[in-house]
Amino acid sequence: MSKTDKAFQIVGPLSVFALLGWMLTYGVGGYTGSLLKGAGITLALAVLSLLLATTLGLIGAWAKVGGGVAVRFVANTYTVIIRGVPDLVMILLIYYGGQRSVNLIASSMGFEPIDVSPFLAGLCSIGFIYGAYLTETFRGAWLGIPRGQIDAGKALGLPPMLSFRKVLMPQLLRAVLTGYANVWQVLVKSTAVVSVIGLSDLVGLADKIGKSTREPFVFLVVVMLFYLAMTIISERGFKWLEHRTDRWAV
Amino acid sequence: MNFDLAFKHWDLFAQGVWMTLHLTALSLLIGGLIAVPTAFAMLRGGIAGRFAYGYVYVFRGTPLIVQTYLLYYGLSQFEVIRDTWLWRPPSYLRKACVEDFFYWKICVSDFIPSLRSAWWCALIAFSLNSGAYVAEILRGALKNTPKGELEAARAMGLTEKQVRKLIHLPSAMRRALPQYSNEVIFMLHGSSVASVITLQDILGTGRTINAKYYVAYEGFLSAAFLYLCITYILVFLFKRVERHYLKHLQTGAGQESQGWFGRTVSG
Repeated sequence: MSKTDKAFQIVGPLSVFALLGWMLTYGVGGYTGSLLKGAGITLALAVLSLLLATTLGLIGAWAKVGGGVAVRFVANTYTVIIRGVPDLVMILLIYYGGQRSVNLIASSMGFEPIDVSPFLAGLCSIGFIYGAYLTETFRGAWLGIPRGQIDAGKALGLPPMLSFRKVLMPQLLRAVLTGYANVWQVLVKSTAVVSVIGLSDLVGLADKIGKSTREPFVFLVVVMLFYLAMTIISERGFKWLEHRTDRWAV
Repeated sequence: MNFDLAFKHWDLFAQGVWMTLHLTALSLLIGGLIAVPTAFAMLRGGIAGRFAYGYVYVFRGTPLIVQTYLLYYGLSQFEVIRDTWLWRPPSYLRKACVEDFFYWKICVSDFIPSLRSAWWCALIAFSLNSGAYVAEILRGALKNTPKGELEAARAMGLTEKQVRKLIHLPSAMRRALPQYSNEVIFMLHGSSVASVITLQDILGTGRTINAKYYVAYEGFLSAAFLYLCITYILVFLFKRVERHYLKHLQTGAGQESQGWFGRTVSG
């Protein structure tokens, strides 16, 4: 890599942050606060969805690797269906369809109708979708570990839990990391779609403000810069993690 | 649940499927045309390479829906754009029409991009997005071409241009196939964003039916089912194409078990 290339690798991301900061300070009139709030909602949605997706992914992978026929069938159906349907369809289905189902159940049990918020619907659907992808990631990592490693743990006389924690876990974490990073990057961008069901996240707010101030371009550029900044930070973060965990690589 | 509604409006869904499919196919086509020079530029570096990297970085780092909004809603902010051809083709081109080309009326202006139309905005946004993703896939494949392959080609007396065209690109395209099939499916799924800017694609039809009959599931479930079918038909077709073109690389059972996973983003 030449010196100028290296310089560009630093200057490029820095200019994104600088431009974002400048836009938020001087470019958006009095809307800095609400845009930051929207960004917070987007971030919260992304992080909570990732937590849900990780949980579902762990359950799914466990079901696919260690479950019986029926459990495996359920897990396979889950991943096959989710990966065939666009995220936007899933979100709309869960928001509108979920609302109706929840109310049906609630009214049959004699409760008042419950409102499913856009945030909750978005969280459930994104978590649900990327849970399917993470299922595959986790399963792949588990299958990628040589069986001899488990036998080696046994041969050393380690109790099963200790063997799992000290022998398998580091290798699993290392193997999962790249796939996990990919899912996170795609998931973050998926959160933009939730604005369609009326969530006041960054995209929804920018859309609304842009329309009322008749300056949609400015606000959408802020959104673009925000997502770019997120991508850059995540990329660097995961690269650092990968570097840190290299010593665990098989 | 009442799926008669979906059957009753099969013609609407057929139009939706057509909209989704032709939008996806055209985007992939134009995206591919953008991707090849971009990937080579990234590989070669220099000023063009840096611009190529910037383009790919921006379009892979931001959501497709925001890119589409930026084109459809964002650009209308500027009067400069609204006053030119870009906004709407001039009237004499809109009047230059063939009245009955089979069943359609076709005008010269139909072939000129106009930023006022949702269809053109969707097509431009999807093409640029797909171009960036495919360029990144292709760049990886071009970079991973075994050195000996290119050296052999040069030793045969091919010029650099011939090496690129006859050896480097075809070889890379083959090896990029599995990732490219992921990209095709993500483009298919991404094209559902078109419904947000009023186009009647598969999801748009589903939304229309839900709104018309005030139902919650039927339209979306039918749309989901259609997407599911198209996805797995594509997966099946790509598996066959891969089996054909990657025969020389197949080493054993491992290759087969790699399911399609999704866009790889980092790296």
